[in-house]
Amino acid sequence: MLATREYQDIEDKVMRGERLTREDGIRLFHCHDLAWLGAMADHVRREKCGDIVYYNVNCHVNLTNICTSHCKFCAFGRDAEDKGAYAMTKAQAIAVVEDARKDPNLAGLHVVSGLHPTWSFEDYLGLVKALHERFPDLYIKGFTGVEITHFAQISGRSVREVLIALRDRGGLQAIAGGGAEILSDRVREALCPHKATADEWLAVARTAHELGIKSNASMLYGHIETLEERVDHLLRLRELQDETGGFQTFICFPFLPKHTELGKHVKQTSVWDDLRTMAISRLMLDNFKNIKAYWVMLTVPVAQVALGFGANDIDGTVHKETILHDAGAKSPTALREDTIIRIIKEAGRIPAACDCNFNIIRTIE
Amino acid sequence: MTDAARARARAAAGERLDFADAQALYEDNDLLFLAECARRAKERKSGKQVFYTVNRHINLTNICSANCPLCAFQVRAGDARGYVLEREDIAKILMEAKAIKHLSEVHIVSALHPDKPFPYYVEVVRQVKEALPHVDVKAFTPVEIVNFAHMTGKSIRDVLLHLQEAGLDSLPGGGAEILSDRVRQIICPKKATAAEWIETMKTAHSLGLRTNASMMYGHVETIEERLQHLFTIRDIQDETGGFQAFMLFPFHPAHTELGETHHLQRTGSWEDMKMMALSRLILDNIDHVKAFWIMLTLPIAQLALGFGADDLDGTIGEEKIIHAAGARTSTGITRTKLEAIIRETGYEPVERDTFYQPVEASEKEETSCD
Repeated sequence: MLATREYQDIEDKVMRGERLTREDGIRLFHCHDLAWLGAMADHVRREKCGDIVYYNVNCHVNLTNICTSHCKFCAFGRDAEDKGAYAMTKAQAIAVVEDARKDPNLAGLHVVSGLHPTWSFEDYLGLVKALHERFPDLYIKGFTGVEITHFAQISGRSVREVLIALRDRGGLQAIAGGGAEILSDRVREALCPHKATADEWLAVARTAHELGIKSNASMLYGHIETLEERVDHLLRLRELQDETGGFQTFICFPFLPKHTELGKHVKQTSVWDDLRTMAISRLMLDNFKNIKAYWVMLTVPVAQVALGFGANDIDGTVHKETILHDAGAKSPTALREDTIIRIIKEAGRIPAACDCNFNIIRTIE
Repeated sequence: MTDAARARARAAAGERLDFADAQALYEDNDLLFLAECARRAKERKSGKQVFYTVNRHINLTNICSANCPLCAFQVRAGDARGYVLEREDIAKILMEAKAIKHLSEVHIVSALHPDKPFPYYVEVVRQVKEALPHVDVKAFTPVEIVNFAHMTGKSIRDVLLHLQEAGLDSLPGGGAEILSDRVRQIICPKKATAAEWIETMKTAHSLGLRTNASMMYGHVETIEERLQHLFTIRDIQDETGGFQAFMLFPFHPAHTELGETHHLQRTGSWEDMKMMALSRLILDNIDHVKAFWIMLTLPIAQLALGFGADDLDGTIGEEKIIHAAGARTSTGITRTKLEAIIRETGYEPVERDTFYQPVEASEKEETSCD
């Protein structure tokens, strides 16, 4: 590769497959040579996971947007009496999936929701169970570390018990990656003091992995965090992954400021920042196999280019995204499968539809 | 050594690429490798500088006799959406433009109006130059120049001399599309041929008029035709040295006849960035590659600065100023925003005039159009 002399040592490490340090990570965030960062991340991606790009034919189900957490970066959560507040019944949740089922390739569901003030854990469990019983052939990935922490708190059960119940009674096959935000108590105190702490979020992932339930990880960046905090966040995930190996994919979420409280003071990240963060995540998270370019947040054109910056996962058809579109996401609310396939192929890669545990359903040569 | 390995070695070393190299690099599809080579090529040409300009676009008319299937702008004579700017309309625009105190360029491109005579266009140039004597007039693509020659029976050279005498400073790069008559027969059968476009550019350069060059891709052309186009531009430049900047126009199929009849889809950003980097690498004799943000969107234009582009074009202001009878204020991007976008990439913003001369800092501090 063509590293500037200043970064030759890091390039050498990457080429040797050597682990990067915290200092390396911070230096990379000060590197302006985006093409070089991308080329290194692309090299690592090629070595580690070849040319397959994973996608899901999936449907997002957000059971409720009524939420007690009031995170300052969120445009989705509402109070019960607010305009647009909703809480689905079983029949309504089933209807959403019925609609998505019009696509015969639909393989699974992504279920994440607000922390409803009066719903019990049994209510959530009942909903997901109803979906599972009605659609036994669809995989269910759902509930973030934040929701699971909340379920433990409101039910008086342990995280472990909650996870077992969701798996055995609700049909849950994998945990969603959201809610990690920045795993720093300083940042969480300022932005989302009413939900799971950094340690709690990590504890859910650890417990799930111990039970053999895989989960995803994520980072919400581009708000009040420092670049050092971004690196530390990645390191905390890397550490836990060393311990359990249970994370499947890592998702970079750039903060979308529109209609959020925080958005009054914070501007949206640039593509430049999004792609370097993607590349650096790939380089730092040397024990993660998959890095996701989440098109809903990045927009389709940026997600496509991100496939050159370390990503090998482009998320899914989604059916109808609402959480981020409430925050002004400019992407469409769904993508057709043939569009996803075309995007991946144009990048010279091989599209593979997969389930929530990265088992390939079919490869499109 | 395989073709790809040889091509990669040449690209990495900054050596001149031949057609086979270009094909091999295209097929190789290693976007980030191309980006890294293109970034180096850019830095050899313009170091850490990235240019922008404060300009104003004027589109004199949208009534067109060429009716190219590729176009969504033109309308036929008699269409209710048709307009032509007359002297007083232009005077109004120029009054507004005067308020932009260090406006450095007026950019004029228009449809091929069926009736407006050549003197009308000469007068427009004169009028702009009289109102804004210190502003560069960049006007008329070769397609328009060839049309003037056809309608007046004059030579291309005489047309250009006439316009130059009225104050024309340079020519924009549009209308090149793909310089292949096979392709032009499908996408724009009634306008300047490839040979005419080339002749116009060479003639302009011989008269001391600097011009830009461009390519519109992502429609019916083959990859070979696309790459050949870049080599044609490079050959002209070897001969004349008159091109200042090269621009890529990904074809937007929406609302075009061509898009409909050929079921075309917009190329992806991967392809756009790949063409940006390949163009920077192939066109080793052209100083600047422009990322035209109006077409690419701002985020992708910023990204293009990592793929070899060194120019974001202008703070364009309202391009369709005409349509709003009660003239609106600028909806173009501000200087502050453009500069911030450039700085974030580690490059240094330079406000330029048409000829890539920096606009003096002292001048900048006096006024602002933000």
